Amino acid sequence: MSSPDASKVIPIVPVATGNDGDNVVSLYAAAKKVYPRSVQGVFARWRWAMVFLTQLVFYGLPWLEWGQRQAVLFDLNTRRFYIFGLVLYPQDFIYLTGLLVISALSLFLFTAVAGRLWCGYTCPQTVYSEIFMWVERKIEGDRTLRMRLDESPASLEKFVKKTFKHVVWISIALWTGYTFVGYFTPIRELGMAFLQTQMGSWEVFWVLFYGFATYGNAGFLREQVCKYMCPYARFQSAMFDRDTLIVTYDPARGEPRGSRSRKADPKALRLGACVDCGLCVQVCPTGIDIRKGLQYECISCAACIDVCDGVMDKMNYPRGLIRQTTQNGLDGQWTQSQMWRRIFRPRVLVYSGVLLALTVGLLTSLVVRTPLKVDVVRDRAALSRIVAGGRLENVYRIQIMNATETEQQYRLSATGLEGLELASDTEVTVGPAESRWVPVRLQIPYGSAAPGSHPVEIQIGAVQGSAHIAEKSVFIVPR
Amino acid sequence: MSDFTHNFWSLFVTIVTVVSILACLILLIASGQVKTNNTPDNTTGHVWDGDLREMNNPLPRWWKWMFILTIVFALAYLVAYPGFGSYPGQLGWSQEGAYQKETETAKAELDPLYARFVAMPTEQMAGNTQAMAVGERLFMNNCAQCHGSDARGSKSFPNLTDNDWIHGGTPEKIQETITKGRIGAMPPMAPAVGSGEDVKNLAHYVLSLSGSPHDSVRAGLGKSKFTVCAACHGMDGKGNPALGAPNLTDDIWLHGWGENAIIAMINNGKTNQMPAQEGKLTDAQIQVLTAYVWGLSNKPGATAAK
Repeated sequence: MSSPDASKVIPIVPVATGNDGDNVVSLYAAAKKVYPRSVQGVFARWRWAMVFLTQLVFYGLPWLEWGQRQAVLFDLNTRRFYIFGLVLYPQDFIYLTGLLVISALSLFLFTAVAGRLWCGYTCPQTVYSEIFMWVERKIEGDRTLRMRLDESPASLEKFVKKTFKHVVWISIALWTGYTFVGYFTPIRELGMAFLQTQMGSWEVFWVLFYGFATYGNAGFLREQVCKYMCPYARFQSAMFDRDTLIVTYDPARGEPRGSRSRKADPKALRLGACVDCGLCVQVCPTGIDIRKGLQYECISCAACIDVCDGVMDKMNYPRGLIRQTTQNGLDGQWTQSQMWRRIFRPRVLVYSGVLLALTVGLLTSLVVRTPLKVDVVRDRAALSRIVAGGRLENVYRIQIMNATETEQQYRLSATGLEGLELASDTEVTVGPAESRWVPVRLQIPYGSAAPGSHPVEIQIGAVQGSAHIAEKSVFIVPR
Repeated sequence: MSDFTHNFWSLFVTIVTVVSILACLILLIASGQVKTNNTPDNTTGHVWDGDLREMNNPLPRWWKWMFILTIVFALAYLVAYPGFGSYPGQLGWSQEGAYQKETETAKAELDPLYARFVAMPTEQMAGNTQAMAVGERLFMNNCAQCHGSDARGSKSFPNLTDNDWIHGGTPEKIQETITKGRIGAMPPMAPAVGSGEDVKNLAHYVLSLSGSPHDSVRAGLGKSKFTVCAACHGMDGKGNPALGAPNLTDDIWLHGWGENAIIAMINNGKTNQMPAQEGKLTDAQIQVLTAYVWGLSNKPGATAAK
């Protein structure tokens, strides 16, 4: 209950002013270069599968053709966004919002179930770092060789290796930049323009900028991005609970750690399963020791699991000293099935439900979407006027946006007032994926409506096909 | 910088800017000197509420260098661009200059396009869809405010699509109207016409000219009074484009239709103005607009229907 000492002032304990030099550190830490050791195993294979999948999509998509045009093209100049059969207008931005909401919810869901899956397998930072590290390994060798090379004095061999590595890195980075720009400028035309050295200055800028970002992030910054720059990294940890699968070292089984011979009986030596080989630290791309428990730097890549399982196999110990488990599972020494059952907890079910509803909603609205948009703008110049034959006329400007890739004919009509007639052309032709402004005149017989503004509805429908839209406006009768 | 009547504010802004930037730099350097105790459990030793400990997670050093880079950038920027009060910057950049440069670039891009249009005779330009697309935009931005976006005008703002021209409908006349503007002046004629009854009779005669509903007795009585109108509108009432006197026989009523509107016009007169566009629009733009306006009532087919 409410404690009587709620108002008690809790003193701030001052910093102990111990002055032993080793323990005094600066507020700014020098970045220590991480040399991750290569790793094989189930999770490494999953990561490579995701690298191939994501990059196949990213590098491949702009090359696909759809009819006479690029299948996926975000044409910023004409403000039309083509995604296979879809033609989207800037007015369709709601779909992008929907996509982002779905992406965010997916992140929530995956994180609640199994921690930072996104970080460990599909995040571009991880994926490109993985590719760049693969190049580095092929040229400079694995961890120890790389460390030795970096420490060695300048030599021809070192120079050649380093140069070669950077050339390959820069090539990949530039290709990435080129692909990125290819989503906004037709990629084949961009290639032709490049060959004829006629690329636009903005395109050159973005290829170089995106290329530079790839080179810098994947080649140099790497884990620094996750540790210091990425906002997702920080808020993902906030979505963990005690039933979230995380990469964990099992201290109950591992401690006390210590090296021993393969033949020795750990029980006789009073040792846990951890042989303290340090491989889990060496493979870690963020340079942490998973045995210290869950840390914010951990991107859940599970490289330590892969490498530790290998060691356990060699020692003939059961696998899983480091494993994907939950806090509850670890504390209660639960079995796999006990943990899996906890996946269906309210948080996960709610996330899944909302995600499913949103995805279905978005897809449905895309499928049933009317490939036609209409804006009705009352002419601001004149409220209303009397024209020949004693009729009262209001003028509107109507923007008709054709979201199909064929020329369309639209029929216009108006309802809402007695005797309301459309005095201008009732049929309008709009070119493929074009928008057109047309003036529309509505008339009523003079005196057939009271002074004031009256709601009317202007209907536009495709002559062929079912696309049909009704837009509200007002008809003004002067006093 | 006409807002500044003396140097004080300029100096104030400069000093505040420099002091703020230097303060940031000093703060960065000072914080780099500070050392903190590190305990084996990676805390700073600060404890709140009995068990809330502050972890020691230092910023990376390259982050500090990024901060310093922003300071260097800020100083370089302030030297190059105007930022220190009224100091104009080494590059001499100004909003006005940027705007001028932009309009010059746009002009350089548009000139060849306009040159192509201007080389055509008006009649041909009116048939050129590209020129008319430009013309429509010009019309929407400069003319539609009064003449309506469909160019059909409104009360006191002439309809430009009906081939009824107060000041003449040839391309030359239209261009003159746009360039120099027009003033349509109808003087108050009541004293010259006579009594109120006379004015009413005259109004009915005017209505009769276009075959509008009227009282034929009054019209007959009013006919003789029309001589005072004929000076401008002509004996037959068909108007005179040279004087800007409208045709009264075509049932087009710019300032309102019916007995009352006409009586008011005879009694009070009216001065109506079309503003000159010279100086606001370039000659080439006016020529394209001329073709657009001419084309509104001279489309092939449209003329035949009239």
